[in-house]
Amino acid sequence: MLRAPFSAIGLLITACLASSPVRGDALKDPYFGEALYHAHQGLFFEALERLDTEVKQHGGVDEPELDTLYHHIDDAEFSLGDFELRYRMHHRAGRAIKAVLEGAVDEEVRNDAAYRLARIHFQKNQLTDALQALERIEGRVPEAIRDDVEFLRANVLVSQGRPAESIDVLKNLQDSRNYGGFAAFNLGIAYLRGGQRDAALSQLDRAGQRKTDDPAELAIRDRSNLVLGTIYMESADYERAIPVLNRVRLDGPYSNQALLSSGWANLSLDQFERAVVPWSILAEREVTDSATQEAMLALPYAYGKLNVHGRAAVSYGAALDSFGAEVDKLNASIDSIRDGKFLEALIREEIRRDKNWVVRLRSLPDTPETYYLMELLASHDFQAGLQNYLDLADLRRKLLAWQGSFDSFEEIVEVRRSHYEPLLPDIDAEFRELDSRMRLRLEQHKMLVKRRDDLLTTPQPKFLATRDEQALLRQLDHLEAALGSSESAFASSLLHRINRLKGIVTWTLETEYHDRLTRFDKNLRSLDEAMAVAQQQYDQYVRSRQAATHSYNGYDKPVKQLRAKVGNAVDTVERLMARQGRLLEIVAIDELVARRGRLASYGDKARFALADSYDRATQAQARRDNSQ
Amino acid sequence: MSRFSRKVTLVLFAWMTLTSGNAQELSADDMRSLDGQVQEIKSDVLDIASDLGILEERLLYPTGTQLAVFVSMGEKETFRLDAVQIEIDGEMATHHIYSYQELEALRKGGVQRVYTGNVVTGDHELRVTMIGKLDNGKDFSESDSFAFAKGVKPKALGVTLAGPGLGKTGIHVGDL
Repeated sequence: MLRAPFSAIGLLITACLASSPVRGDALKDPYFGEALYHAHQGLFFEALERLDTEVKQHGGVDEPELDTLYHHIDDAEFSLGDFELRYRMHHRAGRAIKAVLEGAVDEEVRNDAAYRLARIHFQKNQLTDALQALERIEGRVPEAIRDDVEFLRANVLVSQGRPAESIDVLKNLQDSRNYGGFAAFNLGIAYLRGGQRDAALSQLDRAGQRKTDDPAELAIRDRSNLVLGTIYMESADYERAIPVLNRVRLDGPYSNQALLSSGWANLSLDQFERAVVPWSILAEREVTDSATQEAMLALPYAYGKLNVHGRAAVSYGAALDSFGAEVDKLNASIDSIRDGKFLEALIREEIRRDKNWVVRLRSLPDTPETYYLMELLASHDFQAGLQNYLDLADLRRKLLAWQGSFDSFEEIVEVRRSHYEPLLPDIDAEFRELDSRMRLRLEQHKMLVKRRDDLLTTPQPKFLATRDEQALLRQLDHLEAALGSSESAFASSLLHRINRLKGIVTWTLETEYHDRLTRFDKNLRSLDEAMAVAQQQYDQYVRSRQAATHSYNGYDKPVKQLRAKVGNAVDTVERLMARQGRLLEIVAIDELVARRGRLASYGDKARFALADSYDRATQAQARRDNSQ
Repeated sequence: MSRFSRKVTLVLFAWMTLTSGNAQELSADDMRSLDGQVQEIKSDVLDIASDLGILEERLLYPTGTQLAVFVSMGEKETFRLDAVQIEIDGEMATHHIYSYQELEALRKGGVQRVYTGNVVTGDHELRVTMIGKLDNGKDFSESDSFAFAKGVKPKALGVTLAGPGLGKTGIHVGDL
């Protein structure tokens, strides 16, 4: 009984997109920010793709605390569930939100997650699970969702057949800024379902007189009046029904039903002239509406009661013509749907760019069926199926675009391969040569460093002799050896001279040792710098060499695998689109066939009533003629 | 007539409960069963998109040369951003004109990756130009240049935009 009110209200339950959880803090992870950028535009696939990759990569790093997402990981996981929910992936969203619930997160975040989980369960009609999730909410609840939580709790309780328990919850929401009007209406319904008829009537009366200028609240106020009027009519209390029905705005979404009921209420009180007023208004409205169609029959019926049979006959005739034209349109619509035009219209890009695309469907050329399906389009199950169909169409577009990019990837890889492969053998040969020279120089450098370090601890002046000094010392050693053991005076004189020369060299080496060591150290440090530059160039070369190989190696397999995956996904998407589309078409055709049946039945009634009106008009005319 | 009236009342209640026939309910069950399969394929395609993104990045923007530029708006900024232009070393890298939705997304804290490309290691210059409208309706255009160094790791630069103030630049660039 209450499914319609609650499903309609359910559209308003959807909370705002997790209002940029990182807005208050400095955003440290640009990729998370990028996901939010997509999400704020309603591009949840792109948002999920970005954030999913980022969260997975974060999970794979060795030191997560050094990763930029570390600072936002709770928000990121929460947002992941939120995006999945908005992308209508309830299964994954449920898992993600449960993960948040089980993690060590802030109380407010956990309560928000519990609320979202409850909402998922409610949408899937898992009422016990929804209530359990709501019962997990304790402590601090984010202010933005406090009323949402209570409103959802009331909805779950009523849907579980526990209206009495929902009453207190709804009473507390009467002054809610977002839910006041809805809570007022729902409270009336809860009383009604709980068997408290008088309380229900009073509450619906209050709900029907709320002061507001909010379009959604105005609509729910109309609805309260319509339901209250209908309850009065059901108990044949037509006098009370009429003023309540008259409170429904003439330009609101419930005005057609209200006008129709108002007419019947007046007729039931034998106030035929008053019945004509609402029905005359209604009969002029959009003929595809079932209330209008009924009014087109009811209006001449009232004329008949007023003994205006001629006018009644004319109105019946007009209704008959109108019904016939509508049946033709319905037949054309059914054929159009069978030709696949309905599904084509749904996925037209120019329509979907518009926020009110469902409404704009009506103005599409060559799609008469969309005229009749507005009510159907508003029903929850049909909307869910329709959204799935549209999501599948989007996925198909994406997959087909990706399929095209694989050829480009392969071409890039091939161009790089054909460029690098002929060059690399020569480059590698040169590199090997360079590599061996580099290694030699590195060894030499290492040796010099070691010598310097040794000299610092154990001074060795000879090690710092110049090339000339070394040659001189070698020559002096050689001369000394040539003299051998000769003991002649000449030899003795020569040896003396040799020793004196050695002494001069040794003197120089000893006295200049510290200066020479300082120069040696300075030169070695310059060499260090040159070696660092050489090493940097060497490393850069190695990186470039690796990059050249990596630019075309290792892509064949992943590209092939992804190509296969995309191909399979296209098949699956097309199969599901066909099934989903077929179901939508069946439901749409069923709806149109039912409408056609109703119109045919109205047509039959109109035909009999027309004949009857003619008879009565003729009889009346005859009576007038006789009396004259 | 009262029979007709009762019928109308029943129609009204039928409309309110949305119990509109067995055929539709059967189809609704079918739709719900299909829903699970649709969710599965969405999950599969998301995985493919993630793998494809990684492959594409590896192939087109290797880590050694990768440069990404992100644009965000300062908190509580109310000016209208119309377009952003990015030049790297004097060459036009990208130019983006903002739609209403994109601007709102930036205002709510979203970060736009406006450019991904390749530059060699070493020193470079980034020039950012923003065009927009101030709260008082006045058009403005502002440019600023920033030096940055590209190392062997991927480089990410964040451009934060704010409405121009008295003598203050509204463009800030930093490493991310």
